Order: sequence, then C-alpha cells, then structure tokens
Amino acid sequence: MSDCHGCSGCAVLTASPVNGRAAPSHIVAIVGPPNSGKSTLFNRLTGLRQKVANFPGVTVEHRIGKAKTKHDRDVVLVDLPGVYSLHPRSEDEQVTHDVLVGARDDVPKPEAVLLILDCTNLSRHLLLAAPILSLKLPTLVILNMADDLHGRGGKIDTAALSAQLGSPVALISAAKGQGVEKVFQFMEGTAAGASAAKAPLMELPVLQDIPTCRTWASAAANGAGYHPPAPPIWTRRLDAIFLHPIAGPLIFLAVVIGVFQTIFFGAKPIMDWMQTMIQVSGQWMNMQFPDSIIKSLFIEGVWTGVGSVIVFLPQILLLFLFIGVLEDSGYLARAALIADRTMRKFGLQGKSFIPLLSAYACAVPAIMATRTIESKRDRLATIMIAPFMTCSARLPVYTLIIAAFIAPKPLLGPFFGTQAAAMLALYVIGFLAAIGTARLLKSTILKSTRTPFMLEMPPYRWPTLRSLGLRLVDRSRVFLRRAGTVILTAAVVLWIVAHVPTHNGKAPAIENSFAGMIGRTVEPVIKPLGFNWKIGIGLITSLAAREAIVATLGTIYGINGQAQSEGLEKALRNDLSPGGAMALLIFFAFAMQCMSTLAIVRRETGGWKWPAVQFAYMTALAYVAALVTNQLASMTL
Amino acid sequence: MQMSFNKRRLEHASHPATAGQLRRGEAGILDRLDLPEDVDRRLMELGFLPGHKVTRARSAPGGDPRVFRVDGSEVALRLETALHLILKSSSVRNGL
Repeated sequence: MSDCHGCSGCAVLTASPVNGRAAPSHIVAIVGPPNSGKSTLFNRLTGLRQKVANFPGVTVEHRIGKAKTKHDRDVVLVDLPGVYSLHPRSEDEQVTHDVLVGARDDVPKPEAVLLILDCTNLSRHLLLAAPILSLKLPTLVILNMADDLHGRGGKIDTAALSAQLGSPVALISAAKGQGVEKVFQFMEGTAAGASAAKAPLMELPVLQDIPTCRTWASAAANGAGYHPPAPPIWTRRLDAIFLHPIAGPLIFLAVVIGVFQTIFFGAKPIMDWMQTMIQVSGQWMNMQFPDSIIKSLFIEGVWTGVGSVIVFLPQILLLFLFIGVLEDSGYLARAALIADRTMRKFGLQGKSFIPLLSAYACAVPAIMATRTIESKRDRLATIMIAPFMTCSARLPVYTLIIAAFIAPKPLLGPFFGTQAAAMLALYVIGFLAAIGTARLLKSTILKSTRTPFMLEMPPYRWPTLRSLGLRLVDRSRVFLRRAGTVILTAAVVLWIVAHVPTHNGKAPAIENSFAGMIGRTVEPVIKPLGFNWKIGIGLITSLAAREAIVATLGTIYGINGQAQSEGLEKALRNDLSPGGAMALLIFFAFAMQCMSTLAIVRRETGGWKWPAVQFAYMTALAYVAALVTNQLASMTL
Repeated sequence: MQMSFNKRRLEHASHPATAGQLRRGEAGILDRLDLPEDVDRRLMELGFLPGHKVTRARSAPGGDPRVFRVDGSEVALRLETALHLILKSSSVRNGL
C-alpha cells in the first residue's frame, strides 16, 4: 500500500542499510523523554536521509536515518519513542527496552546510545539516565536546550556531570545547531570502536523505582553544580493571555477559523495557477504529438488524472504548515487543555483534539497521533471517528460538485457566499457525524471509566524554519508518492478499461467499454441515490482514494470529447440531478474511501476487526444518508 | 489540621487537603498519591512525587482541567485526578 508514512515504512527495515551489506552499519539509538528535543536532534543529524518505520507486531513507530558523519562505516540512527522510564509498562517503553538490550530481531542491538535530556529541567530528566546507563552501552548524555538554560540564568558543569555519571556529556542546542559537532565526534569515535566510558563517581541506584531514581538524579545534578534556570517568563506571560478565561477561548476560536480561512482563500491563487498550467501544458502536448494510443493514454489518462490531484498540493501543505506551527510553538497543548471540557461531553478527552484537528488534513497522520492517548478505549474511539473529519482528499470532490451545482451568491459580505456556506456545512456534517459516533461508541462497546487526563505544558518556543521545512518536504513526498502510485495506477487502469474492447481498432464509446459495463453493473445499487453509471465508476476508483473520483470523471467526460475543468463542471451539471449531486456530497462526507486509512487503522489496532467495522459502519451510514438526501431533494426540488 | 494558614480552607478542614483544593497561586507539599498504581506511576514520572511542592497555576476556561507546577514543569490535570493527590497537612501556603 502506498501512502502516508506508516505503511510505506513497513519495508524500511528490510530495505534499509541496517541489514547486511559489506561493512555492517554502526547502529546508534536516540533515547529521551517526550519534549526533550529528540526529533529536532534526529533531524539535525540526518537531514532528509530518514524514514519512518514501525516495528512489526506492535504499534510503536520509530524513525531511522543515516547520519552525516565522516566515518567510513555508515552510522545509522534509530529514533526510539519518547519515554520517561524503561519500566516495560506501555508498548513504547517495552519496545525501547527491547531494542536497547538487543531483544528484537528486526533491529540489531545498538552499539551506542545518545541520551537526550532537557537541561532546563535536568534534575527530573536525569531520572532516565539511571536505567539507560545501567545498560552499559557507550552513551553520550546530551543536555539539550543550552540556549534556554543560559538565557534564563541557569548553569551546569558538564565536566563534573561527566565525572559523576562516567559518560561523556555534551551541552547543545539542537534547534540552533550549537554543539552538535560533539555528537558527531562521539558517533565517529564509537564507530571506530573507541569508548569514552569511565568509572562513575556516583553509583547507579540498584532498585530503580521512580522515587529512588529521582533522588539519585538530584544528587548527580547537584554534584555537577546544576543551577536550574529561572521560570520561563514569556511562557507565563503568554499563558496569561492564551489561558485567560475570556480571551483564551476567543483566541482558540480565532485560530481554528483562521486556519480554515487561509486554507481556502490563501491557497486559491496558487491552485488556480497550477490548474491553468496543467491545462495549458496538456493542450500544448496535444498539439505537439500526432494522435496515437500512447498520446491518448498519456494526456487523457496520466496527465489529466494525476494533474487533477496534484493541484491540491498547496492546500494540503498550507494545512500542515499551520499544524506544524501550532505544535512546535507549544500552543497545541494549550488548545488541548481548552478543548478538554468540550471533548469530555462526547466521552473523549483533550488529547483527542490534536488528532482530530490533524484529521482535517489527513486521517493517516491523525490516527498515528492518537498514540499520545493512554487510554486504549479513548484512543480506539478517536481512531474510529477521525476519518469523519473533512480531510483534504475530500476537498477536490467538494470543490468540483459545489462549483458545478451551487451558484455563487453573496450571503454575508463579499467573502462568505453560498459556495463557502455549502463547504462549511459539509465540514459541520462531518464533525457532527464524528461526535455522534464518539458518543455512540463511548456509551456502548467502548464504555470505560474516565481515564485521567495528564498533559505536560511545554514552554512556548519559536518554531524553526528548519523543522517546519522538513515537515513540508516530508508531506510533499508522501502526497506525491501517493499521486504517483495509487492515483496514477487508478488513472491508467481506468484509461485501459475505458478503451477496451476495441472496435475495428478504435476505442469504444465509453458506455460500451469495460468501464461502462462495470458502471452499469453497479448502477441499480446506486440509482436510488441519484447516481448514474459514470458516478458508479468514480465511486469504485474512489475506494482507493477519495480524490481519484475527480480524475476518473475527468477521464470519462474527457473521453466524450469535452474539455477539462469548467467543461467537467458543465458536463456534470447536464448529467446529474441536483438531488444526486447533494447525495454525492453527503456520500463523500461519510463514506470510508481510503485504502491508506484502512491500512493504518489495521496497523494501529493490530488486526482487521476495527478497520472492517469502520468500513462497514461508514459505508452503511453514507449509503443511507445519501439515499435520504436524494429522496428528500427530489420531493422538494 | 491547623486552622491558622488560611481562612478560606476552613471548609475543607475535616478532610485532608488535596491538590484539587488549591487555589490559583497556592502551593502544598505532596504527601501521597491515592490512585491506581499505573496512574500513580505516570504522575510520578511527570514529577508528582511525595515530598515535592505542587503549585496551582492557571486553568482552562471554566476552571477544569487545571495546570500544576511541579518539579520544574507544568502539567494539566482534571479536578477528579487532582483530588487524589493528598498534600501534607498544614503545608498549604501561598506559593507566589
């Protein structure tokens, strides 16, 4: 299955340089508590040479990447999940523990460890050093956020800490790149077999429960002259605004509305421009080459099909940019805090807010983001409802149908017209379906006692361009890979079935082709919804990915000799009743048409049961809702 | 329980003070955690260890969940959880 992160990552371990080849790679594990800057450091060390992978059999994900060292041996970094301790209690901790002791077959035992800690809160973060150092692997203790420590008047003597712990210590700022060379030096050293470990001044605790480790950590920090920094004044000041009883919720609403506004209106000029480019280039190619089967396949199948989906790249990137800024700045944790009360009414909790907001971009990363929810049942409920949120793959479909069937009239001022209202209504419908389903699940099969909500509030930070840039490059890759595989395959297969069986060496009329026959076979089932056989073909291709229906309809009507884009809108208007168009919108709002999502749900829930339930439930809901819509519309319109 | 520290606390005098009863800016010393073991563990990892000072900071609109400052970080908890964080008697002070 091609697509977003997760599933594509499955092959990483087997295909990665970890297994085999001449010189075995030097495996280095990165371990650290959540919010210690682990990912930032990993990105610093590997740049774009990284992949997300998951451990087979469990739902825990890790990233793997090659470090840019000067050493002859490849240095492969394994970024493990953020953990506070090594007590195998959660899956994350179990996996981290197993990888570090070499108990997993899929990852060779690391030869060295980078332990990254937030030095603005060293006494608490050092807690994790006790179990990690007890593993007796060559370990570099990395004290991250040095700039913050110094900026707020804290101090630490790294040489003294190194003596206390018996391991080298590096004070760095991963976000600013300060001191990162020390990390490279350490890895080059361990790759060559050097060990910098000495006998520690401080004995490691024997009994490693939390209070004991915490006492040990305090002693180690004090012995190294650790002076914690002053409280973060700016974080307190900003919280006074963002968590203000009145201003707070208003800002929260403004942020959510602002995100949507920008996605719709901000991305439009770029999208229009890209659409024009694809059309113009298609027409240009059409004139350059003589008529042939190949030309038809390329222009009508590949170019039009894939092009109609690529147009949505700017919009998707803009949405991910927003989520990136909110997350990296620390605001998302405050948003989860504000949302908790409301989410609780639907049986969920504040932590579900982050995945659900991401689901407006794409359900796949959203479902992966549910990992922060400790309660298994809350997490499952969030996974089940995430695909109802209006993801960006629905946008192409909504945009096309709305543009074709709803005449633009101003409703409230020049910026909010009938078309925007229709779009907003679809977002609301999806959201209502999500919370309704959440209530249903949480009061029946996923009933649970309330699990405690615990959320660390990180200090506010400026998001770095580097980290935002990496996210966007990553998302573009995922999107283009999907356009290049799932959508391309759907487009080519469709073109072929639309062109056979040939008639005297000529392509058949679309209704006589295989595609037409398939469409006609499903027509009786979808006729009550107001859909014709052409829509039927689109529904079948959209099972792979929602936006594929746009490419499909483009190809089908394109074959009929019509121009693209505006031509497609006109063709749809002639071919579909208004009731059928409304039913189609409703169908897409509810139906589960995304192989990538089903694949990720299977992975995250560990079996086919939940994705099967989800698919059946959403499809049934979509069918019934579309049926009702069409019947009501044909009675009233 | 001593009555001297804060008049507003009198209403709670018959019960042990918990982090849930702290008002904004007030702090107390954590005595023990009275929750299922795995929840206790997670809270301890986040800094809620017996003997540590817990300060009540801001809260979500409507007062719940609320943010606590503990061991160098800020953690948001719901009232229902905070009511199980038992404070040492007479340790409640204005923390500012």
